[in-house]
Amino acid sequence: MSSHSSLPDFVQQVRRDILRQVHKVNSGHPGGSLGCAEFFSVLYQEVLRYKSDFKMNGEGEDLFFLSNGHISPVYYSVLARSGFFPIDELNTFRLIDSRLQGHPTTHEGLPGVRIASGSLGQGMSVAIGAAEAKKLNQDDHLIYTLHGDGELQEGQNWEAIMYAAGNNIDNLIATIDYNGQQIDGSLKDVLPMGSLRAKFEAFGWHVIDVENGNDIDAIRKGLQKAKSMTGQGKPVCMLLHTVMGNGVDFMMHTHAWHGKAPNDDQLETALAQNPETLGDY
Amino acid sequence: MTMKTYTNTGNKDTRSGFGAGLTQLGKENDNVVALCADLTGSLKMDEFKANHPERFFQVGIAEANMIGIAAGLTIGGKVPFTGTFANFSTGRVYDQIRQSVAYSGKNVKICASHAGITLGEDGATHQILEDIGLMKMLPGMTVINTCDFNQTKAATLAIAAHEGPVYLRFGRPKVPNFTPENGTFELGKAVHLIEGSDVTIIATGHLVWEALEAAKILHDKGISAEVINIHTIKPLDEEAVVASAKKTGCVVTAEEHNFLGGLGESVARTLALHYPTPQEFVATNDTFGESGTPAQLMDKYGLNAEAIVSKARKVVARK
Repeated sequence: MSSHSSLPDFVQQVRRDILRQVHKVNSGHPGGSLGCAEFFSVLYQEVLRYKSDFKMNGEGEDLFFLSNGHISPVYYSVLARSGFFPIDELNTFRLIDSRLQGHPTTHEGLPGVRIASGSLGQGMSVAIGAAEAKKLNQDDHLIYTLHGDGELQEGQNWEAIMYAAGNNIDNLIATIDYNGQQIDGSLKDVLPMGSLRAKFEAFGWHVIDVENGNDIDAIRKGLQKAKSMTGQGKPVCMLLHTVMGNGVDFMMHTHAWHGKAPNDDQLETALAQNPETLGDY
Repeated sequence: MTMKTYTNTGNKDTRSGFGAGLTQLGKENDNVVALCADLTGSLKMDEFKANHPERFFQVGIAEANMIGIAAGLTIGGKVPFTGTFANFSTGRVYDQIRQSVAYSGKNVKICASHAGITLGEDGATHQILEDIGLMKMLPGMTVINTCDFNQTKAATLAIAAHEGPVYLRFGRPKVPNFTPENGTFELGKAVHLIEGSDVTIIATGHLVWEALEAAKILHDKGISAEVINIHTIKPLDEEAVVASAKKTGCVVTAEEHNFLGGLGESVARTLALHYPTPQEFVATNDTFGESGTPAQLMDKYGLNAEAIVSKARKVVARK
């Protein structure tokens, strides 16, 4: 864990990184990435207990798994700016011979990543395995995950959600990026999912809502509360209500920027709304 | 002309060989953990479960979740063995294996029972004949198909010591047990069972014993058959395949699997690249199975000693 003097500055720089990564290669997923910039920043800068030298086994560390791998731009930016790999490497996002694949992978040896994700719905199961290993190893560190709300349409999640409750996986905090959007439109238009809170509770989880998932202090309090609920025999779900495209006015409140990069003019407008703070890569 | 022969020390199922190996591993290696999707008895995992309840994970009828949990357990240094039928170990969870295990380079051992048509009466929904192909196409995956109880036990022990994803395929019925008890198992190494000069029979799994029976019949007809047991289909022991083809000039491959995607195809590719040789295939002919006893099915689908003899005579004539 490292601490930064100004987390809002950190978040703003992460937004710039996201926009510049996807613009350069004219591909990638800015919407969900921007929506989760605050969450990743709080998690990696203040909450996650990790060691400076990356080891796959994560012994004596908290672990994070990104299940919705398409929001790799925010993951890469925060990992780089938290010291996992050189910040300049963000220049290689989605380019040939890069460790920064379109979707995160262990295959190229990128520090900070412990599983490939991209094909949706697999991260919760992997996290449960890592949580079970922590218990066997008597390592009381925690497992954190992030999942898209639309991603919960994949059935494997519900196998995992059922297993986690049934087997008292209480060292797991699963956060759902609850922005209500997916590629084809709003969740309620594509496949109405009802109440996620009711569903998780019915499966036997602790559930907390963070009503403003783009507010640093609200995320902080949410994660603190989630942590306080671990070790009580139940897994913890944090429903993080975010705005897709947060921080760039024309990208907010729409699914249009889920998987589309800004053009030159749009980038300029977006960056003007998020001036440089820590220095561009 | 004399020919080496093998003795059946008593019919046993290969899945019990897996169970015996897993039981031994449980005692010897604290990092070995086992996962099962509601088929503990069928997979012979009961003893491991009884000895090490804390290292046994019953996931219920949820194979996708099982594969993911296994991948996650490797991150904490565990060596997970997943157990369910071959059909549910592969086709049902192909994407989970592809992304969370193979592409992620995780040390998961996918152990699959009731492979092939000898699953029998349950019929085609459960009789997978495509699993070797599915698994061998995954980069980095080791694919093993064992022939008897002793070899399955030895393979189970060997894969625990191997770093990387493995698909271990075995079966349901009791079949002749003829390889050495507590024999060595060398991943990727062919086992020469019989030396011969007229035709090479390359067999895997339940067809290995049938290949030995075929060699006896061929011997009586004056045809000298070399019999090679390929337990590791990937990586294939190409050197052994090519050397034997050079010696005999023709090859029959035999497997309880579709000819598409199986051992025969791997052998054919090897020969095409290094020593083009006439080859015949004993395998299922791009078909699903059906209900019946294992013996009836092996007979109907041409997966026995008689079928190997017939293909051997045919391929010898093609030389």
